[in-house]
Amino acid sequence: MSVTLTQFVLSIFLFFALSRTFLRLRSGELSLIGFFFWSAIFSLAIIIVLFPELTSFVASPLGIGRGADVVVYVSIALLFYLVFRLYIFLEDIRHEITKLVQQIALQNDTKKSKK
Amino acid sequence: MRLLIGIPAFNEANTIGDVLKTIPKKIRGTGKIDILVVDDGSTDKTSQISHTYGAIVLRHLINRGLGGALKTILTYAKNKKYELLVTLDADGQHNPKDIPTIVKFLYGGNVDVVITTRWKKLPPVTFSRFLVNWFANFITYILFGVWTTDSQSGFRGFTKKAIERINIQSDGMEVSSEFFKEIHKNHLRFIEIPIQAIYTKYSRQKGQKLTNSFHVLLQLFVRLLK
Repeated sequence: MSVTLTQFVLSIFLFFALSRTFLRLRSGELSLIGFFFWSAIFSLAIIIVLFPELTSFVASPLGIGRGADVVVYVSIALLFYLVFRLYIFLEDIRHEITKLVQQIALQNDTKKSKK
Repeated sequence: MRLLIGIPAFNEANTIGDVLKTIPKKIRGTGKIDILVVDDGSTDKTSQISHTYGAIVLRHLINRGLGGALKTILTYAKNKKYELLVTLDADGQHNPKDIPTIVKFLYGGNVDVVITTRWKKLPPVTFSRFLVNWFANFITYILFGVWTTDSQSGFRGFTKKAIERINIQSDGMEVSSEFFKEIHKNHLRFIEIPIQAIYTKYSRQKGQKLTNSFHVLLQLFVRLLK
């Protein structure tokens, strides 16, 4: 099996990313579900980078001409989903901050009333 | 009946004094009237001026948006067991002399929420503002199934039942449409009453803008998807 320079660089980067997910799990920054999700994504990406011909097996039953196109389509869908999740996450954080600010404002009033 | 008049304010030092000054001291059908200003992280003298006019002031440490300030007002009204609540804007576009009319409808017992509408007495507005309001009304109807002629009105009245049941989640301008979702969800009875808005150069600058519509729309859709 001959490996091109692009395949080599990409797989090194993906192995690095895979190792980070493990380290994040160990430090408690990533949940077990998060670890499995990201490990699966990076592992799949490594397989596709090293064995690109495998994507053709998925492409033909789906009616897509080239294997590389499947990768692009799936990546775009996944990225959209991740951006959406990130947006929701940020919204939740904004919402939590608002709750905190409101509680502080209401508590300050209670303190003033007691004085 | 105890009435709370709630005013969300963000950097409104120019107008808040005039608004507070013109709020009626006595309204038929109500007992004690308290005025609450929620200073949403202003960097000017909004809080100090409000104190001067005898208002209760709750200060948000940082700016959280119109929805955040209105939620603080509703929570305060709920905690302190007020029987009536009227909210109005701090930019001077609402005439506090309309408050007794809102109270009269709430006091009557046939409605839970009063929403004032600026569009039954056609105000002198630009086409873009008309478009923003029409679009917002349409989206409110599509998302929440309630038709209104002024989904963005900030001049509202609530009975105790409405104060206790309405649970808004939005932080920003989209809260105005969310009120209709809560009205629909909680089977609250509401009416629209026409008012004449006071448009000044200042209040025009502060209102909803066409450029902000996309963000508001996105927020409403995300809230539905969550």
